[in-house]
Amino acid sequence: MTEPRWLRITRPIVLGLLATFTLVPIYVMLTSALKPLKDVQAGFRWWPSELTVQPFLDIWDTVPLGRYFLNSLAVSGAAALLSVTVAIFAAYAVSRFRFRGRGTFSITVLSTQMFPGILFLLPLFLIYVNVGKLTGLDLYGTRTGLILTYLTFSLPFSIWMLVGYFDSIPRGLDEAAAVDGCGPLRTLLQVVLPTALPGVVAVTVYAFMTAWGEVLFASVLTSESSRTLAVGLQGYSTQNEVYWNQVMAASLVVSIPVVAGFLLLQRQFVAGLTAGAVK
Amino acid sequence: MATVTTPPDVTPPPAGRPATAPKPRRVGGTRFRLTPYLLLIPALVLELAVHVLPILAGIWMSTRGLTQFFVRNWSEAPFVGLGNYRIVLDLDGPAGRDLLHSLVVTTFYTVLSVGLAWLLGMTAAVLLQKDFRGRGLLRTLFLTPYALPAYAAIITWTFLLQRDTGLLNHVLVDQLGVTQDRPFWLIGGNSFWSLVVVSVWRTWPFALLCLTAGLQTVPGELYEAASIDGAGFWRQLRSITLPMLRPVNQVLILVLFLWTFNDFNTPYVLFGRSAPYEADLISVHIYQASFTTWNFGLGSAMSVLLLAFLLVVTGTYLVLTRRWRSDD
Repeated sequence: MTEPRWLRITRPIVLGLLATFTLVPIYVMLTSALKPLKDVQAGFRWWPSELTVQPFLDIWDTVPLGRYFLNSLAVSGAAALLSVTVAIFAAYAVSRFRFRGRGTFSITVLSTQMFPGILFLLPLFLIYVNVGKLTGLDLYGTRTGLILTYLTFSLPFSIWMLVGYFDSIPRGLDEAAAVDGCGPLRTLLQVVLPTALPGVVAVTVYAFMTAWGEVLFASVLTSESSRTLAVGLQGYSTQNEVYWNQVMAASLVVSIPVVAGFLLLQRQFVAGLTAGAVK
Repeated sequence: MATVTTPPDVTPPPAGRPATAPKPRRVGGTRFRLTPYLLLIPALVLELAVHVLPILAGIWMSTRGLTQFFVRNWSEAPFVGLGNYRIVLDLDGPAGRDLLHSLVVTTFYTVLSVGLAWLLGMTAAVLLQKDFRGRGLLRTLFLTPYALPAYAAIITWTFLLQRDTGLLNHVLVDQLGVTQDRPFWLIGGNSFWSLVVVSVWRTWPFALLCLTAGLQTVPGELYEAASIDGAGFWRQLRSITLPMLRPVNQVLILVLFLWTFNDFNTPYVLFGRSAPYEADLISVHIYQASFTTWNFGLGSAMSVLLLAFLLVVTGTYLVLTRRWRSDD
């Protein structure tokens, strides 16, 4: 297809503008993290007056960032692993069995993803507080409560994406396993799962990212000891002045794990996230 | 979309012996009839506990006078019937007026954000359709805002939009000299536009992602054939690209709509605990109303109304766009 000339000229301009729009905040985050405090207290400057890694050292002392980091790591890691485990079984059922209620299940689970978070927040808060009072099982203000909450947040999309991956695995493999005497569980664990491993890894990272970036529930359900990064990062602003260079350094540090994971698994993500929409 | 009809591969059994035709062999057979349900139990229990149960509890709470005195013993909160709804729907009272205002702001915010995010995503997807050097790199770059944790990205915008130390005013006032006095971007009327820009920045990559995947399913021959017939760029966009993307768009726009309408992260991180009146989105509105006064009854009533509103909008949307999927 031959392109009209105006398109050949417009393309780099428009894509350049979009790239600038995307890059400006990222540039600000990267450069400001390397600025001394005086550079962010006076007017804005495009380049640090002197490059310093001091903000990266200070962020751990200004607020207990290390603890927030470990909390986020524990909560997101546990939520992701549990969510994917549960999702694998559910997705296998949806992908490989024809049963009554299959369509209803898929639609119901997916639609819960669409409900406003604020709708669950108030009841869940009260349920956790009162469950703790009645049974002694502390769900409010603990990592357990947050793990339980987050694992269900990523569950719908995890199931959806895994169904897509499982569907792309030829059924001939299952049948061969069945001929060899494998029950459905062994077929799943020994045949389907190893084949779908790249997809499973992508879904795990997705679930991890969901939990890592969640703000609303973290702001209400955590106490000082279980506080995660989403809330902890605001600690730099509650002091008399805002240490913007440290805020940027901390933002950078908390972004690296998830951005790296996302970019490494970009291909699987695109395939998985859009499988349902394109179908 | 062209549908290929394959002839049914099941030949009807010869008359006279209907029941003896061999059934197609199924993996496992009847022995595993319970298996799918067993596999679903963990997912179902969790969904019930953390989603369905709280929704039901929320509806129950909305009929109670659930104030701060009853947080630790909520079952004792007095029944007030529809009293909470009467308060938040009374447009002459402050609660009702503020809720309506918030709903209007949220609607404008959603329409603008979703429209712009879709437009940017569509533009980039089409411009990236043809392969060129650096295309992969550009795609990766465009997806980065989507991968960044929400709070880290938004707090960077907060810095960028500071009146005295931010990049935007530095460029506008110091470097370009567009205005003399430094405008506030996080207070007053401007805060609404800040909110829209940040939201678009964060969501358009998702539109790009979905639309790129959608475009990959459009066969290249269609464009070649159209070129031979003399169809130009816009004609091809209108007659091939957009119709082929309809199924993707139906889901994409709905998802963007629901995300943006329920957006809590953007205003909460951008403005801190007190959102400006001009940018009072519904999620933050309910959040603040509930946690500053601890009147969970009123908060629940507003949440239930929000849910009802979203269900009506979503239902209407699905009915109106149903033919996007079928007739083309």
